[in-house]
Amino acid sequence: MSGTHHDLEEHGHEGVKPSAEAGRHAARIRAIEALLVEKGVLAEEDVRRQIEYMEANSPANGARLVARAWVDPGFKALLLSDTKAAALELGIDASGPVEFVTVENTPGVHNLIVCTLCSCYPRAILGRPPDWYKSMEYRSRAVNEPRAVMREFGLEIPEDIKVAVHDSSADVRYLVLPMRPAGTEGMSEEELAGLVTRDCLIGVSMPSFEGVRDSAARYR
Amino acid sequence: MTPAKFEPGDRVRVRADEQPGHVRTPGYVRGKTGRIERFLGAFKNPESLAYGGSGLPEKPLYKVGFRQTDLWDGYAGRAQDALYVDLYEHWLEPARKETL
Repeated sequence: MSGTHHDLEEHGHEGVKPSAEAGRHAARIRAIEALLVEKGVLAEEDVRRQIEYMEANSPANGARLVARAWVDPGFKALLLSDTKAAALELGIDASGPVEFVTVENTPGVHNLIVCTLCSCYPRAILGRPPDWYKSMEYRSRAVNEPRAVMREFGLEIPEDIKVAVHDSSADVRYLVLPMRPAGTEGMSEEELAGLVTRDCLIGVSMPSFEGVRDSAARYR
Repeated sequence: MTPAKFEPGDRVRVRADEQPGHVRTPGYVRGKTGRIERFLGAFKNPESLAYGGSGLPEKPLYKVGFRQTDLWDGYAGRAQDALYVDLYEHWLEPARKETL
């Protein structure tokens, strides 16, 4: 684990990049997996099933939750009080020991999600996190300069709005319920879901609607 | 699990200990004072689970809110900005009102 090149990668602030390192890590993981299988701790099938489970989830699940909450106040209340139960209503199985909490953006509060200790993410609902979410730079800066970080994503939060950062430090995974953009009154639930990107569910973006491009204006 | 000791609104101080090993209390909140936002449930103790332990007894977990300006010198955002961290009860102690 020594060597100048490796040290630079560990301590630099360039985020996660695919490199020869990835190949080395993959080889290491394969070796560990082979040992675990050999010792009977897990079976190849368990690994395959887990990969299939992870791959089956995607940000589209989060978009469906948000769109339903926008059109159905009862569902929105359930999503905010019991995210697992709300997910199950849409056929998304997020059961397991981890808890899920949805935080609501309002005209006065904007929420941002991070995990400073590792890279906890609501995988059982949204699938795998983006690489930048796991980067040392995002994890360290999102907590102490969240407004600057969001600005770099093109999201300017007005000064009178409260920025609430949630560090997923333990057994809870967080999702953001963004505000429904103005001008979308006539849209169907499916069309609304199309406005909600992965980044909106983390809080570094807001659903945009053609004609309302200025993020600050969306908070007015 | 023992009954939850804190209620929403309670002022709490995070232990400032330099505990070695796997802990889920970020360094930047240790020794800081915040407010209990909500009780999140009881979960197996990660400090035991990480070393092959049972994680029992389960530990009460709280969402604790902090003022950003209380956490960082020269915080460049706004006074109303907040940061929420999920902390296990054994890392928290009651804070006196005047410490705020």
